[in-house]
Amino acid sequence: MNVDTDSVKNILYLLASVLFILGIKGLTHPRTAVRGNLLGAAGMLLAIVVTMVGSDHLGWLIAGLVVGGLCGIVAAYKIEMTGMPQLVALFNGFGGIASALVAGAVLHDYLDKAGDTGLVQWLTAEGQDPTQVIIATIASGIIGAVTFSGSVLAFAKLQQLVSSASNTNPLLKVGNVLCTIVAVGLGVVLFMNPDMAGLYWVIVLVSLALGLFLVLPIGGADMPVVITLLNSYSGIAAAATGFVINNTVLIVAGSLVGASGLILTRIMCVAMNRSLTNVLFGVMAEVGEGPSSDEVYAGKVKSASPDEVAMLFDGARRVLIVPGYGMAAAQAQHVVSDLADLLMAKGIDVEYGIHPVAGRMPGHMNVLLAEADVPYDLLKEMDDVNTTIEQVDVALVIGANDTVNPSARTDPSSPIAGMPIIDVDKARTVVVVKRSLSPGFAGIPNPLFACDNTLMLFGDGKKVIGELIAAIKEAG
Amino acid sequence: MDLFLLLTIFMLAIFVGFEIITKVPPTLHTPLMSGSNAISGITIIGAIIVTSTQQTWWSTMLGFLAVVFATLNLVGGFLVTHRMLSMFKRKG
Repeated sequence: MNVDTDSVKNILYLLASVLFILGIKGLTHPRTAVRGNLLGAAGMLLAIVVTMVGSDHLGWLIAGLVVGGLCGIVAAYKIEMTGMPQLVALFNGFGGIASALVAGAVLHDYLDKAGDTGLVQWLTAEGQDPTQVIIATIASGIIGAVTFSGSVLAFAKLQQLVSSASNTNPLLKVGNVLCTIVAVGLGVVLFMNPDMAGLYWVIVLVSLALGLFLVLPIGGADMPVVITLLNSYSGIAAAATGFVINNTVLIVAGSLVGASGLILTRIMCVAMNRSLTNVLFGVMAEVGEGPSSDEVYAGKVKSASPDEVAMLFDGARRVLIVPGYGMAAAQAQHVVSDLADLLMAKGIDVEYGIHPVAGRMPGHMNVLLAEADVPYDLLKEMDDVNTTIEQVDVALVIGANDTVNPSARTDPSSPIAGMPIIDVDKARTVVVVKRSLSPGFAGIPNPLFACDNTLMLFGDGKKVIGELIAAIKEAG
Repeated sequence: MDLFLLLTIFMLAIFVGFEIITKVPPTLHTPLMSGSNAISGITIIGAIIVTSTQQTWWSTMLGFLAVVFATLNLVGGFLVTHRMLSMFKRKG
């Protein structure tokens, strides 16, 4: 009987794993993505129900599910779309700490059951591999705790509860290395003396500090990298927990998430032309004797009024809108969408050019514009828009800076040299909507603003675009 | 279960993940993150198992906390992904 229920359980776990894979596969196209997400959720529900059947402490379990579920529902529906990066960061952290808690609880459970026998002997007698269990427990504790504290700090930075400036204090690097050594070192001690369960929680504490040291140096525009990396960690922590309790569905689901996070991390690093180590330690490339902002801008920046910009659209056939984090900060996605609708109604061909690292997480701009009812087929990737950018009559840059800075292409001594950008400077005219000439995250002046074909439209994104819409309507 | 069997599953799942996820278009990267994030809530299975086998109060509490965090992660993750995805529309 026992064997039978185990087999049924394992087959259903296998089914859940298949549902997770099909679910992520569904996310490869916007048409199938909703169904993909539902398949993933179905797999999760199946796995939970299978595990709950015949469990003790049902009261505690249901209480935990209800409390966690209600908090999850409230958070998911309360959040503004602009706040999505911080919410994802926070959820991520909760997954990480859950894995660390499970591994710790299992360790205590095994120690209770082992009693005076000693953990290693008891595990061996139970037919388990002590090496596997202990190493996986330590890995789960370290990675889970790093994920938690790192994610919470990332949340605080994105929510602007703490400064999101890049912090390059060398002490942080020392702390980082020190915590890593201590956490791994204590892990080795615990591995040698697995009966010292208290040590596990010391490792968790040190790892919590490590997570903070990991995220502290990272500045605003580098956030996409750290969020994707933490996303990967939460998956790896879950997979490690799978090795602790010998459960394949945890291993499969955890490794899928781990792979997903790693791929996204890589895409983000490539899109910034920086190595992962540089991002993690907040290192920008050595700044050569670059031109000062006075040299770049003096007497060359042309400021325009919304009325003047409105006239540009007369006779324009192709318009490219290039949004950046500034659009999210100004909550300007709805007016931008209205402007695009107005231009399209006049027969103008409007597209959006999305830089891979625009915003604070991968795909951030796409979600904001989707919220503003912009059809996803109008959102084009950087490489696609760059091939035809010479035919664009007006490129409208909204709250983007470093991702459209031609220095990346033209100035080999620039800190962003070699970073792929959207080549808006090659369009016939460029309109930059921006509060001021202040530099972007890279801290360098942007020659685009001083180009002959560039007009600056200074002001708050939402307000200025609103005025632009009014001016276009007035002109008829 | 045999460690090498588990490691095999681990490696194969990573490869499957790489193969599928490289095909996800950039426009869906945020939903991919929040959706995969929800899937990492799978650790709830571990949380349920430990909570139900615990004998001491302290360990039951640890399990209970893990259940709360993991549920928050997965319920919130799937819901917010659904909310985002239902906003993605085609032209016309």
